[in-house]
Amino acid sequence: MSELLQFLLSGVTVGAVYALVALGFTIIYNASDVVNFAQGEFVMLGGMITVAAYAAGAPLPLAALVAIAVTAALGVAMNKLAIEPARGAPVVSLVIITIGASIFIRGAAQLIFGKQIHTYPAFSGDDPIRILGATILPQSLWVIAGSVAVFIGLWLFFTRTLLGRAVLATSNNRLAAQLVGINTTFVMTLSFALSAGIGALAGVLVTPITMTSYDVGLAFALKGFAAAMLGGMGNPKGALVGGFLLGLLEGLTAGYISSQYKDAAAFIVILAVLFFLPQGLFGRKSTDRV
Amino acid sequence: MTLLSIEGLGISFGGLKAVNDVSFSVKPGEIVSVIGPNGAGKTTLFNMISGVYQPGSGKVILNGEDVTAMSPHLLARRGMCRTFQNLQVFQSMTVLENTIAGYHLQESGHVLSDLLNLPASRRRAREAEAGARELLKRVGLERAAEREAGSLSYGSLKRLEIARAMALKPKVLLLDEPAAGCNAVETEEIDHLIAEIAASGVAILLVEHDMKMVMRISNHIVVLDHGEKIAEGDPASVSQNPAVIAAYLGAENAAG
Amino acid sequence: MRMTPKNATLLALAILIALSPIFFPSSFYYRVGALIFVNALAVTGIVILTGWAGQISLGHAGFAGIGAYACALAPVHLGLHPALAVLLGALISAVLAWLVGRPILRLKGYYLAVASLGMGILISMVLNNERDLTRGPDGIDVPELGLRALLKDAGLDLSNGQFWYFFCGIVLILGAWLALNLRDSATGRALRALHGSEVAAKTVGMDVARLKLQAFVISAVYASISGSLLALQNKFITPDVAGFMHSVEMVTMAVLGGVGSVAGAIFGAAVLTLLPQVLTVFAEYEQLVLGLVMVLVMIFLREGVVPSILRKIRGRGE
Repeated sequence: MSELLQFLLSGVTVGAVYALVALGFTIIYNASDVVNFAQGEFVMLGGMITVAAYAAGAPLPLAALVAIAVTAALGVAMNKLAIEPARGAPVVSLVIITIGASIFIRGAAQLIFGKQIHTYPAFSGDDPIRILGATILPQSLWVIAGSVAVFIGLWLFFTRTLLGRAVLATSNNRLAAQLVGINTTFVMTLSFALSAGIGALAGVLVTPITMTSYDVGLAFALKGFAAAMLGGMGNPKGALVGGFLLGLLEGLTAGYISSQYKDAAAFIVILAVLFFLPQGLFGRKSTDRV
Repeated sequence: MTLLSIEGLGISFGGLKAVNDVSFSVKPGEIVSVIGPNGAGKTTLFNMISGVYQPGSGKVILNGEDVTAMSPHLLARRGMCRTFQNLQVFQSMTVLENTIAGYHLQESGHVLSDLLNLPASRRRAREAEAGARELLKRVGLERAAEREAGSLSYGSLKRLEIARAMALKPKVLLLDEPAAGCNAVETEEIDHLIAEIAASGVAILLVEHDMKMVMRISNHIVVLDHGEKIAEGDPASVSQNPAVIAAYLGAENAAG
Repeated sequence: MRMTPKNATLLALAILIALSPIFFPSSFYYRVGALIFVNALAVTGIVILTGWAGQISLGHAGFAGIGAYACALAPVHLGLHPALAVLLGALISAVLAWLVGRPILRLKGYYLAVASLGMGILISMVLNNERDLTRGPDGIDVPELGLRALLKDAGLDLSNGQFWYFFCGIVLILGAWLALNLRDSATGRALRALHGSEVAAKTVGMDVARLKLQAFVISAVYASISGSLLALQNKFITPDVAGFMHSVEMVTMAVLGGVGSVAGAIFGAAVLTLLPQVLTVFAEYEQLVLGLVMVLVMIFLREGVVPSILRKIRGRGE
């Protein structure tokens, strides 16, 4: 029993991270119909830049803030330099562009930070907390709480603020939004900044547990994508549910089947969703107009 | 003698009944036009008949066989072909290659033979090319054969789609607004082309907004409004039908 | 022989392969040439799948891995001659492509990209984890093909580098010939048609699902044989051959040269294979440069280098 609980707890922890990555995918997809493969690299950068800033002497909270801000700026830059110039290109081109961007970021990280593994201290210590025979790290609670806080914050933003509603309107119908005076360029910039910042936050929170290195981005991207698809691409509620579900699935796979193949859980989820439930749990079926 | 029979076809999109219980039939050599105000469901009806949408209810019978919801490529094998209102041309291929594509059914199914460029493949390719050039001559595009399809005018592309459809030697041809965007001369050319095709025994189902053309060439007209059939008959009786007039005037009144 | 574009390309390729050794500063360049040909073969498969049929795959290196490890394992565990192992690898790749392709080719765009990526990573994971069989990340020895010894007995004494250079070159010419035949044929036209408009392709009777699958299987075989040749000439292989970066390299080579052009495939493979050799410091910068190339080519030179140059030449000629 306590073993099951252990797997579930670790699953919920990674699930919280996947939910945030999935949320990042969702925001950009809603704003621009683009699936941004570089989303995983934002997670990596969140952790990496915090490491660098902390090593340079900044207190941890400041280092984290710097990391989030720099990554958000990078997200905006990526939109301006790589995605906007290719507006209207066929999907194949956009896929190659975002993958190219993610590889570029990874290559840059390799040059700047090297190939080693980095980390920094957990926010409130390393003493495991005992719950019903299982243990959980305090940092895991930070991750889960942080993730939930972001989702709540964003929900409030989208439903209670004028700017948030403008973002929703733009994602619904860009042209109509422009016609009613919404600055859609600004909305796009904001979406990329938000998405990158959220990814970075996920990285900041989870690095003390999983540590970070220049190539962790790909795994996060794929799992975040799997979670977004499971929930229904473009649906924030789906991102939350999909993320936690995928995390739980991974935790159970690692525990009961094989820890070597736990990463396979994400791909099996992707394939299963694509074949059996292409619109995800909360998505809508769409028909092509001819 | 009916070639194509539409029985009680209907479909809903998210609770809205776009087409509701529409029935009619088309005989070989007959030209049947489907008309109605904008939004009446004509293209949706077309899409259901041609396998692009799956109908919610009703049947499509082709040559006595129930082909409802069959994929377009299976319908093509059974002799049904269509053109598209918003033009689905192979943009980056030449005009000739576009037309040759219509010969696919006669050429295809031989990947290994194609890989090795066997004589059989080459012979089929020569025959397809000869046939395609003939068709281009028939629709008046033979001089544009080597041009990239994307560079042609809208009216020319409409004729290209017809040529491509004719390559299949269809028994039933569905034409989705063939004269839309064409000037008076082009419309008359398409007019003649359609009449010629019908005279060769092909059943033609037409969606069109150009009333003069419709009245001129149709044997039979079906009128849709808000997804339902409100009238049916020969051009003379339909043009005097009060319900039809009301539907069009109603649309005009609402607009202005 | 009529000088059609197809024959011109093949002739140019043959002449290039035959005469290049005259300019080689050292025999090391035979190895580089062989590597270019091996990569170009795999990229030709990508041209068929992505350039013509318009289906993106980010996991094709998985098939290269199958071809490579078939050559490593089949002779040892099944007693097959390495030449037969190449065929076995191609067969397994074809069957796997057929099985996986049927469901995933129903997807479009991003979903297909990620599904193919997932497939590639799963293959790579298996090769890495099943150490008992594959020796895992450390790599495994690959038995000698034996063809060079046969030729020596028959009187033709080539060095190892020379043999592999010409052998891979001949295989590449064969692969290019098949691909160019395909392009000009009904199937090739059908692939390009479905890329242009799937609904129109279906309307003229094309079985789009079957065509996509054919392109997927054919390109998988190209990748598999490419992997086999790589394993046989190095006599050693690691799971990286099936890795994500290798898949990305294949796509980048295609995109750089011109994703719809066989000549472009060879050009792209040549450039991106030579680059690490020319810039020894390149290894560190590889990902950076690869990523940059992908982004810049897609934004500024969407058709790729070779078609753009051909367009300029034809433009001035008229």
